[in-house]
Amino acid sequence: MGLIMGLEEKLPSGLVLTSVEKLAGYMRKNSLWPATFGLACCAIEMMAAGAGRYDLARFGMEVFRASPRQADLMIVAGRVSNKMAPVLRQIYDQMAAPKWVIAMGACASSGGMFNNYAIVQGVDHVVPVDIYLPGCPPRPEMLMDAILKLHEQIYDEKLGSNREKIIKEVELAAMNAKPTHQLKGLLA
Amino acid sequence: MSSITDPYASSRETTEGTVFSVTGGDWDSLVTEIGATKEERVVVNMGPQHPSTHGVLRLVLELEGETVTEVRCGIGYLHTGIEKNTEYRSWTQGVTFVTRMDYLAPLYNEAAYCLGVEKLLGITNDVPERASAIRVMMMEFNRISSHMVALGTGALELGALSPMIFCFREREKVLDIFELVAGLRMNMAYFRPGGVAQDLPDGAIAKIRESVKELRRDFKDNVKLLVGNSIWMKRTEGIGYLDLAGCTTLGVTGPVLRSTGLPWDLRKTAPYCGYENYNFDVITADTCDVYGRFLIRMNELEQSLRIIEQCADVLEKLEGAPVMVADKKIAWPSQLALGGDGLGNSLDHIRQIMGTSMESLIHHFKLVTEGFHVPAGQVYSAVESPRGELGVHLVSDGGTKPYRVHFREPSFNNLQSTSAMCEGSLIADIIGAVASIDPVMGGVDR
Amino acid sequence: MTERGMFGTQGTGDTSGYGGLVRTATSPGSSERPYGGYFDDIADDLERAYPDFSNAIEKVVVDRGELTLHIKREKLFEVAMILREKLLFEMCLGVSGVHYPTDLNRELHAVYPLLSITRNQRVRLEVSVSDSDPHIPSLVEVWAGNNWNERETFDMFGIIFDGHPGLTRILMPDDWRGHPQRKDYPLGGIPVEYKGATVPPPDERRSYK
Repeated sequence: MGLIMGLEEKLPSGLVLTSVEKLAGYMRKNSLWPATFGLACCAIEMMAAGAGRYDLARFGMEVFRASPRQADLMIVAGRVSNKMAPVLRQIYDQMAAPKWVIAMGACASSGGMFNNYAIVQGVDHVVPVDIYLPGCPPRPEMLMDAILKLHEQIYDEKLGSNREKIIKEVELAAMNAKPTHQLKGLLA
Repeated sequence: MSSITDPYASSRETTEGTVFSVTGGDWDSLVTEIGATKEERVVVNMGPQHPSTHGVLRLVLELEGETVTEVRCGIGYLHTGIEKNTEYRSWTQGVTFVTRMDYLAPLYNEAAYCLGVEKLLGITNDVPERASAIRVMMMEFNRISSHMVALGTGALELGALSPMIFCFREREKVLDIFELVAGLRMNMAYFRPGGVAQDLPDGAIAKIRESVKELRRDFKDNVKLLVGNSIWMKRTEGIGYLDLAGCTTLGVTGPVLRSTGLPWDLRKTAPYCGYENYNFDVITADTCDVYGRFLIRMNELEQSLRIIEQCADVLEKLEGAPVMVADKKIAWPSQLALGGDGLGNSLDHIRQIMGTSMESLIHHFKLVTEGFHVPAGQVYSAVESPRGELGVHLVSDGGTKPYRVHFREPSFNNLQSTSAMCEGSLIADIIGAVASIDPVMGGVDR
Repeated sequence: MTERGMFGTQGTGDTSGYGGLVRTATSPGSSERPYGGYFDDIADDLERAYPDFSNAIEKVVVDRGELTLHIKREKLFEVAMILREKLLFEMCLGVSGVHYPTDLNRELHAVYPLLSITRNQRVRLEVSVSDSDPHIPSLVEVWAGNNWNERETFDMFGIIFDGHPGLTRILMPDDWRGHPQRKDYPLGGIPVEYKGATVPPPDERRSYK
C-alpha cells in the first residue's frame, strides 16, 4: 500500500513482472528488520523471541532497529493506550515503504481484555495491520509462526499493475462484506 | 480547539519558543535553524518509543551541552484503567486483571491482591500451609525472573549485549517452571483468594531442584562478566546517587532504598505467607549508586534460591495437603486437569458436581458466576516485590465486586526520583540511573 | 402496582440479585479505646504532640488490624507534619482516592497510608470532601513523594490539592475531559461483535449486585 516508485511500477504485467515480484519478495522477506515497539507484557515475549532459546536471528531479524527509518516491520507488542496512539501513528509514518505491521497479542489485535476508556480497541484503528497474532501473551513460538506467515505473504506480494488490481479487489470485497453480527455463527 | 498544524513540519512556534522536529532532510539546515535562536539550553524529548527508556517512558531533558540540567518524566502512555476494570468483575476475576499491571512480576500483583482480599475476608490464618509455601516458592522464582530482565535490559541499555542473552537464558529456565506449575509463562493468574488455583503436578519438586542447581551454576556467567569489570564500574559507580533522606521523603523502597544501607525488607519486617519460617539475608549496599543496586540484585538471586530450596523441603513434607482454604463458600471450586482439548475442569470434578453432590454444583455455579461476598471495610496489604513495596488498598462495600482497588506500585514512586538522581549528570548516566530504578511501565501507569 | 405472589411474597420475589435485591452494607464504625497493639501508643503520642487532636479527628476506626484516622481537611497539614516530625512516620505510601456517590457531602475520600520505618508501624489517614468543593491541602511539603500521587488522584477523581507545585494530568492525555475513576464516569467500552450477536461492554451488562 502507499506510494511505490521504481522500475517495477512501469513493467507491464506478464512474465517479467512476475519474476521481479518473486525476486523482490524473496529479498524483502529474508531481511526484515523489526522496529522496537514493545509496549507491555508482549514486549517481554518479543524480547524472549529475540534471545537465545527462540532465536530470531536465524531469520535475519535479531537486530531490532531503534530508528523507524531503518525498519521494515513494526511489531506492535502490547496494549496501545489513547495517549500512545498518536505516537504509534507517527512512528508508522516515519517508516519507509515497504512496511508491514504485526499486531502482537490480544490487546493490539482488538483491545483484548481491556474494553474500556483508556485502550484503543485494536491497533487497526490507527495503522493498517497485516498479521493479527492472538494470545495473552503469545508464546515466542507463536510470534515466530506469525513472522513466517508474514514471510509467505511478503513473498507473494504483487507489484506494479498486478498490485493495483489486487488492491481494488480487496477494497471492493471489504465494502460489500456483511458486518460480523449479521453473519451466521455455529449456533444459527 | 487548536489550529490545524502540520505534524511533520520541521519547526513550529509555541508559547515556550520554537519547537523543532526531526522529520528527515538535511541535518545541517536543522542545526543552523537551532543555532539562529539565541538559546543556550536545548530541551530534548526522549520520547515514549526509545530503545533505552525501559518501556514507554517519556523523558524531557533540558540540556546544556551534554549535561542535563532538568529531567521530567512523562508517563501515562500505558494507562489501561485496570483499577476501574476490577470494579466490574468479581473478586476472583480481579486477579486476572491485576496480574497484568507489573508484567515482569505478575505473581506479586496477585499475591498483594489475594492477601488483601483474605485480610478483608478474615481468612488469613486459614490459608493452608501448602498454599503459602507454593506462593513463596513461585514468588521467589518470579523475583529471579524479574531481576534477570532488569539486569539484562539494564546492561543492554548501557551497551553490554552478552548479559542480555545470559539473563534471558536463565529466565527461560524459570519460565519453564512457571509453565509446569501454573500453565502459563507470564500473567498466570495462579494465586486466588484463599490459596492457589491448583496443586503442583507430579515430578515438579524434582524439576525445581534441578533448575535451582542449573541456575546457581549459570548465574556465575554474569558475575564473571560484570562484577569487577572496570568498564562496567566506570559506567555505574557514582551514578544515580540517592541517599537515605532522599529515599524516605520520596517514598522510594526496594533495592534503591537498600542501596543506601538500610536493610528494609517487608519479608522480614512484616512477614506474610509464612516468610518468617525461612532463612535468608537482606542484601544491602552502602554506596547509594547504580553499582550498589546492581550488586544488590545479583546477590538477591542467591537468596531467592536459598528460599526456594527451603520451600521445596517444606512442600515434600506436606505432600497431599490442600491448597485452597477449607471454607467451601470461598474456595475456588474447580480442579483443573489437562484433557484432550486442553486445560479444563477435571473429569473427577465434573462427575462430582453433576452426579454426586448437589451442593458442589450449587457452590461451583454461584462461586463462578456471582462470586463470594466480602464484608465491608478497607484494607491495605503490602508485599515486597522485586522493585519495592507493592501495596494494594482494597475497599469493599459488602458485595461480590470490589468497590475500589488501588495499587501502590513501587515503580510509580521510584520513578519520581529520576529528577533527583539525574539532574546535573550526563545523558548517558540517565540511562543507567533509570535502569537501576528498574521501572515497569505497566505498573507505573496501571 | 406491586405484584402479590403466593405465600406473602412482595414485589417480584426475586432473590437472584438481578432483580435488584440490594443489601445495604455498613462500613465498620468508630472504635472505642483501647484500640489494641501499638495503636494506643500512636493515639497517645498524637494527643500529646497535638493538643487540638480531638478537634481535628472525625473518627478513629480500628478494623482488621489496621488503624484509620479520619481527619478534617483543614487540619490535615498540621496532623501530617506532626506525624512526620514527632511520631516518626517518615514515609507516605501514596494517595488513594475513593468516590462514594451515596455519602452525600462527603463523596470524595483521599486515603494516605503512612509507614514508620524506625518503629515499624503503619497508620492510615483519611480525608473526606464533597463533590461541590473538592479541595484538599497538598502534602507535598511534608512528603515529597506525594507529588505524582496527588496528580494521579486529581487526574482520576478531580480532587484539587491546594498548594501542589504543578497539578496536571499524569495518566490520561493532557486534554482529556472528565475524571475516569469516579463512579459516574462510564467504563467506556464498546460492544463486542460476534457472529449473530453483540455483547455489551461490562458496565452495561446485567450483573449481580
